[in-house]
Amino acid sequence: MTDGTPLLEARGVTRILPGIVPVTLVENISIVFGHGEFVSITGPSGSGKSSLLYLLGLLDVPTTGEVFINGVSTAELNKTERAETRLKTIGFVFQFHFLLPEFSALDNVMLPMRKLGLRDAVEMRESAAGLLSALGLEEHLHKRPDQLSGGQRQRVAVARALANDPPLILADEPTGSLDSRSTEQVFHILKKIVDNEGRTVIAVTHEMDFAAATERRIHLVDGRVAQDEAQSPASAMRGGGPEALGSHAQS
Amino acid sequence: MHLIADIAATHIRGRGRQTFLSIAGVAMGVGFSIMMASLMQGSQEDFIDTLIDTIPHIAIEDEERHPPVQPASMTFDAVKIEGLRPREKLRGIRNADGIIASLESWLPGDVAPNLTGQAVIRYAGKDLSVTVVGIDVDAERLVSTIDDDMREGSLDDLNTTANGLVVGDGVLDRLGAKVGDLVTVTSPVGVVRKFKIVGSFHTGAVANDNGLGYTLLKTAQVIQDKANVVNRIRIRLDDVNASTPIAARLESQFGYKAESWEEANEGLMEAFLIRNIIMFTVVAAILIVAGFGIFNIISQITHEKAHDIAIMKSLGFPESDIIRIFVIEGLAIGAAGSLLGCVFGFALCQALGQVEFEFAATTEVTRLPLMYSVWHYAIASGFALGSAAVAGWLPARNAARLNPVDIIRGAA
Ligand SMILES: Nc1ncnc2c1ncn2[C@@H]1O[C@H](COP(=O)(O)OP(=O)(O)O)[C@@H](O)[C@H]1O
Ligand SMILES: [Mg+2]
Repeated sequence: MTDGTPLLEARGVTRILPGIVPVTLVENISIVFGHGEFVSITGPSGSGKSSLLYLLGLLDVPTTGEVFINGVSTAELNKTERAETRLKTIGFVFQFHFLLPEFSALDNVMLPMRKLGLRDAVEMRESAAGLLSALGLEEHLHKRPDQLSGGQRQRVAVARALANDPPLILADEPTGSLDSRSTEQVFHILKKIVDNEGRTVIAVTHEMDFAAATERRIHLVDGRVAQDEAQSPASAMRGGGPEALGSHAQS
Repeated sequence: MHLIADIAATHIRGRGRQTFLSIAGVAMGVGFSIMMASLMQGSQEDFIDTLIDTIPHIAIEDEERHPPVQPASMTFDAVKIEGLRPREKLRGIRNADGIIASLESWLPGDVAPNLTGQAVIRYAGKDLSVTVVGIDVDAERLVSTIDDDMREGSLDDLNTTANGLVVGDGVLDRLGAKVGDLVTVTSPVGVVRKFKIVGSFHTGAVANDNGLGYTLLKTAQVIQDKANVVNRIRIRLDDVNASTPIAARLESQFGYKAESWEEANEGLMEAFLIRNIIMFTVVAAILIVAGFGIFNIISQITHEKAHDIAIMKSLGFPESDIIRIFVIEGLAIGAAGSLLGCVFGFALCQALGQVEFEFAATTEVTRLPLMYSVWHYAIASGFALGSAAVAGWLPARNAARLNPVDIIRGAA
């Protein structure tokens, strides 16, 4: 974490959907992400934000260019190896909750843990309950997704993204379908993950308040990086206290 | 694996009715397959039982498989000798007494000597050509069911009556004679004797009932002018299934053609083979149809659960896990169906076993011949499981290939 190798790097990443009329989703993107960063990706609808996130999260494969994780190229990985990398190092949060409907909140959070299979059942249960409690869901451990509100579901999704303790969280409009109170809650949770646990969160958002409160903002236009700036996050997010003001010497 | 099974269980649990229907489909397939196998094999066994009751398990004939080597060929060292007149041989099994004595010492079964020949029976101006078999009464009743087939009189009357003759009831009808009548018997070698009909039999085989007669071996030897000759040794084994190897052994030991019942009924055995092939084809077809039911439900689940598949793949589940989930679902349905099907099949067999038939000709009450074998259950279940695995695997393979990005995008 401290040897200077970046956690995540996109080097000249281009993704073109083949077809009679090929569609360029993102073009020649080169970005470096370190550990402990809170980054927002903004841009107009259709500018390639989601596409970029899928490429960074190894859900999609670049047409040209490479994605490096901890300095290692992922270009040569096969499907199974990419799945394994996702399991261990990346947590996804999508706009819609994407929980397994038949599983309780606790079981949903335990899903990636059980897949990884490094801990015994009791440990996993405790750990999952701990994550959910930390997100204010201690009373809803055994509820199924359809018994939870949108904000609660999204917090379960965040807990699940954290299940295997990944250094990287990728969130695609995580507050896009939430009311302002829930939005604020989720934002603070993500912020805490960065500040207290040293993880990197990359969140796509179209909410200016949200973006303004992050330490680094990447703006996409037509699949290209139009702007990549570090900023002071203090003011914008309501209730976003000054505790976030720390080291943000990034470029 | 536990996790994968857990996920599979949630998919099935959510659709009770549909799952029940596809389980019922498999169960019906397995049940009917078992019933059919039981009937087919039962009737085959029944037929063979009836057949081998009426024919010897092994018959040693006074024939050789290959033309005998002529003395001239043995004497002269030549590739081929043309124009030889084969040496005349007295027909019959030489040293039959010795062979019979030897067989009785070790063979697990019974042995009876026969002299079979043609003769013409004349009665009231009517002639009828019949096959007359000379038998040793006590030995014969051990190797054939003729005793059970007697309608009038008894085989024992042959021993107590000089020139006694037992004939099929059809022979009596055709001659217009009845038991107790005197008939004239003429053999091909010209011997003519008066015989008394002391009994009649009915075997159900028309050729025998209309054209067969029994007399004492000694009497037959007189009318055929073949003193001390036996031309057939009939053998009934304790274990009918041993007939082919024992026949081969007898043949190499004595040099005479020893034909097992299986060889004698080769055409029939072939017919049974074809019947079994047809049966297995139909069983396979039934179970493949049952597999379609499983294919249907698993396909539907994979479509409805496309979201879940995308979630699992984005979380880091490899494609092999996704395939396994749906194959397990297919196998679970297949296993439940097989289990139910075995019970159903057994019940069907039991029910069929209760049905009684009455044949007009015999007025005998007959039940369907059913055979119970663990193999029927094992094969039907095994085939159902195999078909279930394929039926789960086909849609699972497509589902696993699904690109999570497409679905995650679609939801947004
Ligand atoms: N399967 C597809 N076929 C055609 N065009 C697509 C497909 N997927 C995405 N696009 C297009 O690619 C562009 C980038 O999409 P996306 O990454 O979802 O943008 P954003 O998340 O910024 O709204 C959009 O113009 C979108 O319409
Ligand atoms: Mg998007």
